[in-house]
Amino acid sequence: MKLEKAILATITTNSNKVTAGASIFICENKEEMDKVAANLEAILDGISHALSDELYIIVKH
Amino acid sequence: MNEYTYPILFGIIIGTLARFIMLKTDYRQYPTYLHGKIIHLALGFIAASLGAVAVPALMEKEFTAVTFLTIAASQFREVRNMERETLTEMDSYELVPRGNTYIEGIAIAFESRNYLVIFTSLLATLTYLVWNIYVAIVVSVFCYLINRKYMSGSTLGEIVDIEHAPVSFDGAGLYVDNIYIMNIGLPQRQEEILKYGMGFVIKPKTFDVRSSIANLGQRQAILHDISVSLGVVRDSGTPALVPLIKRDLDDGRIGVFILPQNQDLNQALKVLKSVPVLENAVRMPSEANAQNKE
Repeated sequence: MKLEKAILATITTNSNKVTAGASIFICENKEEMDKVAANLEAILDGISHALSDELYIIVKH
Repeated sequence: MNEYTYPILFGIIIGTLARFIMLKTDYRQYPTYLHGKIIHLALGFIAASLGAVAVPALMEKEFTAVTFLTIAASQFREVRNMERETLTEMDSYELVPRGNTYIEGIAIAFESRNYLVIFTSLLATLTYLVWNIYVAIVVSVFCYLINRKYMSGSTLGEIVDIEHAPVSFDGAGLYVDNIYIMNIGLPQRQEEILKYGMGFVIKPKTFDVRSSIANLGQRQAILHDISVSLGVVRDSGTPALVPLIKRDLDDGRIGVFILPQNQDLNQALKVLKSVPVLENAVRMPSEANAQNKE
């Protein structure tokens, strides 16, 4: 089976919102979250999508 | 030297010239300059020879010579496969890919142009043999004109209205006019998109056009052409910066979001209008029997 899209990483400031699955990065605040997401986006070659203000996912398209 | 030498020579020259005229390296840079061209000129020469030789063969009552043409057909189908394979291979290295529909369109064009060459040289030789060289020249010129006319299909500007539309964000959602494009999470990316992004709304003029421009291949072709002509703000490490086209399900309009390096609005409109309509994307729902019986 070929996966068209996959969640590569989850970045959040609220650890209650996530459970295991893709790699999870828990951040202190929004600034840190933005930085981590920007780095991960470049490293993983995926796009960071905002699900809410405290939850980003990196998706490979 | 015999009575057929000059007519055949004439047919071959006319056919090869026809291929040369149809072979235009434009903004698409395909066929690639020089080497790609030589391949197609050589094939055009072969096609012209086949067309030119067919007539004298028939006149000599060598009817089996027609089977020659079937070899030509399979030969040129091979040309189509070759073009398709090369272009598909290269497509994964394009910043904005052409897409399979566009590639198939190009491959079909290459095959069909060889057949046009066969017909041109066949007619040229035939008229030379039946009448004389002057009639043959007139017929050849007529063939050129027909070839030229049918060489290029219609362009996007003829079937749709194109308008500039603002690019905006609602939260993380990127919109062109009121058409949702994609979700961009990072504020940094959002700034880049607002800085470089340009939006257009394409309205279909008729119901038929709706499904043609909804075709994913046609949409990819629009993005590819505009990225080739105006450049694209994008690199391999920045997947978020991607030109996209989404559809308004209510009325069939499509929202075009592009990231051109050349920010000239009029230029962008011009390029959009001259995007070719892919023959594989054209649909004619109005021609369906079920619609006309009402």
